[in-house]
Amino acid sequence: MEKRVFFKGWWLPALLVAPQLLISFVFFFYPSGQAIWNSLFLPDPFGLKTEFVGLDNFRFLLSDPYYLASFKTTVIFSTAVSVSSMALGLYLAALADRLIKGAGVYQTLLIWPYAIAPAIAGVLWLFMFNGNIGLASYYLKALGYEWNHTLKGDQAMFLVILASSWGRISYNFLFFLAGLQAIPKSIIEAAAIDGASFWKRFGTIVIPLLSPITFFLLVVNIVYAFFDTFGVIHTITSGGPEQSTTILVYKVFSDGFVSQDLGSSAAQSVILLVLVGILTVIQFKYIERKVHY
Amino acid sequence: MVEKKRSGYWLTHLGLILGVLFIFFPVWLTFVASTVTQDAIIYPPLPMLPGTEFFENYANALFRGSPEGYGAKVPVIKMMMNSAIMAIGITVGKIIISLLSAFAFVYFRFPFRNLCFWLIFITLMLPVEVRIVPTYEVVANLNLLNSYTGLIFPLIASATATFLFRQFFMTIPDEMVEAARMDGCSPMRFFFDILVPISKTNIAALFVILFIFGWNQYLWPLLMTTDPDMRTIVMAIDSMIPTGDDYAHWPTVMATAMLAMVPPVIVVISMQKFFVKGLLESDK
Repeated sequence: MEKRVFFKGWWLPALLVAPQLLISFVFFFYPSGQAIWNSLFLPDPFGLKTEFVGLDNFRFLLSDPYYLASFKTTVIFSTAVSVSSMALGLYLAALADRLIKGAGVYQTLLIWPYAIAPAIAGVLWLFMFNGNIGLASYYLKALGYEWNHTLKGDQAMFLVILASSWGRISYNFLFFLAGLQAIPKSIIEAAAIDGASFWKRFGTIVIPLLSPITFFLLVVNIVYAFFDTFGVIHTITSGGPEQSTTILVYKVFSDGFVSQDLGSSAAQSVILLVLVGILTVIQFKYIERKVHY
Repeated sequence: MVEKKRSGYWLTHLGLILGVLFIFFPVWLTFVASTVTQDAIIYPPLPMLPGTEFFENYANALFRGSPEGYGAKVPVIKMMMNSAIMAIGITVGKIIISLLSAFAFVYFRFPFRNLCFWLIFITLMLPVEVRIVPTYEVVANLNLLNSYTGLIFPLIASATATFLFRQFFMTIPDEMVEAARMDGCSPMRFFFDILVPISKTNIAALFVILFIFGWNQYLWPLLMTTDPDMRTIVMAIDSMIPTGDDYAHWPTVMATAMLAMVPPVIVVISMQKFFVKGLLESDK
């Protein structure tokens, strides 16, 4: 859609877009280009010169068991985080939507964790599950269950999923509640008059009508789990134990900054770039369908 | 509610209250831990009610830093200042450049307009984490490590806000511009006297979202700042928690965690209407 009426002149608009273009070039296009460029080179161990290796970095990555393991970890992690936080968000939104009075109060009580940084959420849950002093690990021990996420990979994974989903419930709750409130009450009432129970209505009317928003949330949550959860993982496990919680973005960080393996880190950035690119295209397709005017 | 059933009504409340408790519980524990002595924490279980050391612990955290253990002796007040400068810098910077470029895209026709548009829109949704190593090099080459400029500018390079303002400007009736032009109004006058005032709610909504985004930045400040005086509160808390057998002064750490949460939570709750609008409309 375009405006029919507009101002004349070209230097003023050029001046107006200049700041954003400049910042995008310096901090976005140049570094992204640099990542692609670096991914084709291999620095020697002393960092004195670099050698052009073509796609060798990628070939190496895709046959590197650690990288493939990290891929698998990312898939498990992001699926678990998206599904659990969306399920809880939908559950709470469905309950709040049933209320005539008080939905607003619950909304206030449920949405504020959105403001908590993933890294801080990580600290909160780490404190609860700390092997020596944590309340949760204390009671688990009392029940005879040995909790030590610094040694046991599956426990570490569980903890980072829990901490990441916890902070994400509010976001999903808000979107689902908005989606539920947009469903015309007349449809629901018609079904109720026909004798459909709450669960029947939920399954055959509400869920299908919510499917666009669910799809949108799925993409956004996967992007969240891919990148924004870095803080959670860094504070709770630092990718350990034995890389069991090293998701892709954490590996870019640890290979690039901790082990200084720049060629491999750049190649990993490019792979992530492509993955996000695909997710963005999917999301744009969705936005196109959603916007009607 | 379509039918009226008392049992269902109470079950609805019960379910919601359980959800609220699950959300609140970790924060409540953190609050409790920030009001007790170190001894109360290191000999579990932790009590469920706040202790008496509230002022002592928060004063320690704010002005002296944790008294012992790893990452000690850095006052949190300085970190909060840094976080506030970073968050507000990102928020204001993004809003200004996005308002300007959205204005240009919607109200002007100029050469390479479509190209510029796509160049900016490609940056949508691609987070800084993906290109972190080269971005770090750019900032290092520009001598911007350990500076507010270096903390702020790389995070402004994204098109979310531009997208939102463009969408909003599109809905403004053309008659507005026609009337303004007929009265001999210059483009910039139109921008400042008409466009910005009617965008107020959108600006407020974006303010909330971007402030939280800025305050909660973690990886970028972690890489950027080696000078303790430049650290932000969210990234610094990690250095207070020991990885090995070192011990932390937990009451101070937990007080710091509370202090890191309070400003963005206050922004969300006090501007809830704008927050909800911003979140639902900016689609992240």
